[in-house]
Amino acid sequence: MVSNNPRKFVTIDDRLDFGVISALIEEDTWVLDLGCGSGALLEYLIKTKDVKGMGIEINIEKTIVCMKKGIPVIHQDLNEGLSNFKEDTFDYCVLSQTLQVVQHPDELMLDMLRIAKFGIVSFPNFGYYRLPLKLFFRGKMPQSKEFPYDWDNTPNIHLVTIKDFRDFCKKNGIVILKEYHNYGEEYSPGLTLANKRSKNCVALITHERKLK
Amino acid sequence: MEKPANTVGQVKTEYFTFAEDDDEYLILDSGKRFGPVTVAYETYGTLNTEKDNAILLCHALSGDAHAAGYHSENDKKPGWWEDMVGPGKAFDTNKYFMICSNVLGGCVGTTGPASINPHTGKPYAMDFPVVTIGDMVKVQKKLMEHLGVQKLLAVSGGSMGGMQALEWALRYPDCVRSAIIIASTACLSAQSIAFDAVGRNAIISDPKWKGGNYYGGDVPAQGLSIARMIGHITYLSDRSMHEKFGRKLQSSEKLNFDFSSEFQVESYLDYQGTKFVERFDANTYLFVTKAMDYFDVPEYYGGGSLEKALDLIKARILILSFTSDWLFPPYQSEEMLDAFVQAGKDVSYVNIDSPYGHDAFLLEYELETRLIGTFIDATYNNEMFWEEKW
Repeated sequence: MVSNNPRKFVTIDDRLDFGVISALIEEDTWVLDLGCGSGALLEYLIKTKDVKGMGIEINIEKTIVCMKKGIPVIHQDLNEGLSNFKEDTFDYCVLSQTLQVVQHPDELMLDMLRIAKFGIVSFPNFGYYRLPLKLFFRGKMPQSKEFPYDWDNTPNIHLVTIKDFRDFCKKNGIVILKEYHNYGEEYSPGLTLANKRSKNCVALITHERKLK
Repeated sequence: MEKPANTVGQVKTEYFTFAEDDDEYLILDSGKRFGPVTVAYETYGTLNTEKDNAILLCHALSGDAHAAGYHSENDKKPGWWEDMVGPGKAFDTNKYFMICSNVLGGCVGTTGPASINPHTGKPYAMDFPVVTIGDMVKVQKKLMEHLGVQKLLAVSGGSMGGMQALEWALRYPDCVRSAIIIASTACLSAQSIAFDAVGRNAIISDPKWKGGNYYGGDVPAQGLSIARMIGHITYLSDRSMHEKFGRKLQSSEKLNFDFSSEFQVESYLDYQGTKFVERFDANTYLFVTKAMDYFDVPEYYGGGSLEKALDLIKARILILSFTSDWLFPPYQSEEMLDAFVQAGKDVSYVNIDSPYGHDAFLLEYELETRLIGTFIDATYNNEMFWEEKW
């Protein structure tokens, strides 16, 4: 549905997680990007991994930009779920900087692992040590490059830490196959004390039933 | 009369006749052989030397070959898709070569039940064969060959026009680079067939219909007009009718306590019915609605599976639906979308928020222009550098 919803998707450093997401994706596969925005990640994946890429986007202007690039795009609200897609349609379902803005991240994650063999989730880590320090010392909602919003205009309704994410996965039969974090500009696997030290997290996940 | 600047201006309907010899007859989906066929068409823009900028526009139930422009100096009424076809519009005649033809079975220049059967010297009437959307497309294919177009950049249409666009992509997968399917479906719902049936019954039960042999005498105006009224109700929405008419009375302030057309909505329907009779043939209404009812992509191409059927398609696809359309409801477009995705095809979809019901496809031209224009340009400029993937 076309709406004039002014909701912004978090697009901090769009490019930063592209490299690591691309590294997690096999060549020549079929990728669905949930909340694909203007198709920048898909374009990157098509160029670097020769994938078949398709996006879902709620913002009509961004949908049109995708079309302009020749990227197949479905104008759909992720909050309405993915029930229209059949099981294992895609190889990968990517949720890049979108997890924290959807109404039911739990349902969406399970659903993406229903329609795709693998999921890739990229999210800003609210456990990053500076954020609680900011809250403590300033007494205001913490802001950073990853969290640039004021309390009253943030699209983030489900802020999450890496630990929360891991717990959630464990509880729901989701297996984290790989996890990448960034302290500085580069992502690397297995950062020590990632939950406190990492600004972002990119995880390759699947559902345990698919490993059988 | 001063015409708007971004119109194709004055245009002329052309005619092409084929299948004149017995051995060139068209083989219809019913198995019958049929000929000769004359097809009425119009073209706008210029076919480039590579012949790769041709776009076929397919009209809906009551449309014709006159999609854009004006037929004469004093013509007040432009073609049926004037808002979308012309210089700088969605179907941009500065860049692309547009073709629109009247469908087989139609009544505006293409061979149909009102045409003279050369074998008898009389109008075909009900001797005209039952044709399908596939048969309409076969005729369009002959026209493309006549015009020297091997591969269409795009085929597009709304409603029954969308059915033809889909049929093109299925029947001639190598001849279509993209199909734009607007407010349409891969097969009609029982509800839509039911409305068609009521329309046909209105015509057939008009005593003036006379088994279809009314040519040269009074036409079944009452029946056709009722069919059109029913059609018009299904093209609007509860909300658009409420906004347009509400409970307003046409000419008096108070109720008459009789059965004249008192409410505005009644006189609107009367007007639409009467106007339609002046320009449309009742038998064409029967044949064309029948063709729509018979359209069944999953059955014809996929042995019952829509996904299997759509797997035949090589074209890029753009599907547009409208939230308030209850004749070709969005769920039908979404079924198509899901089957396209399942089949791994290059498909894009927007369900446009509109209060105008099925008619929205002719009215929501601003957003449609951006979506369709962008989609066609991307296809033409071959910006999907991964095209061979799909």
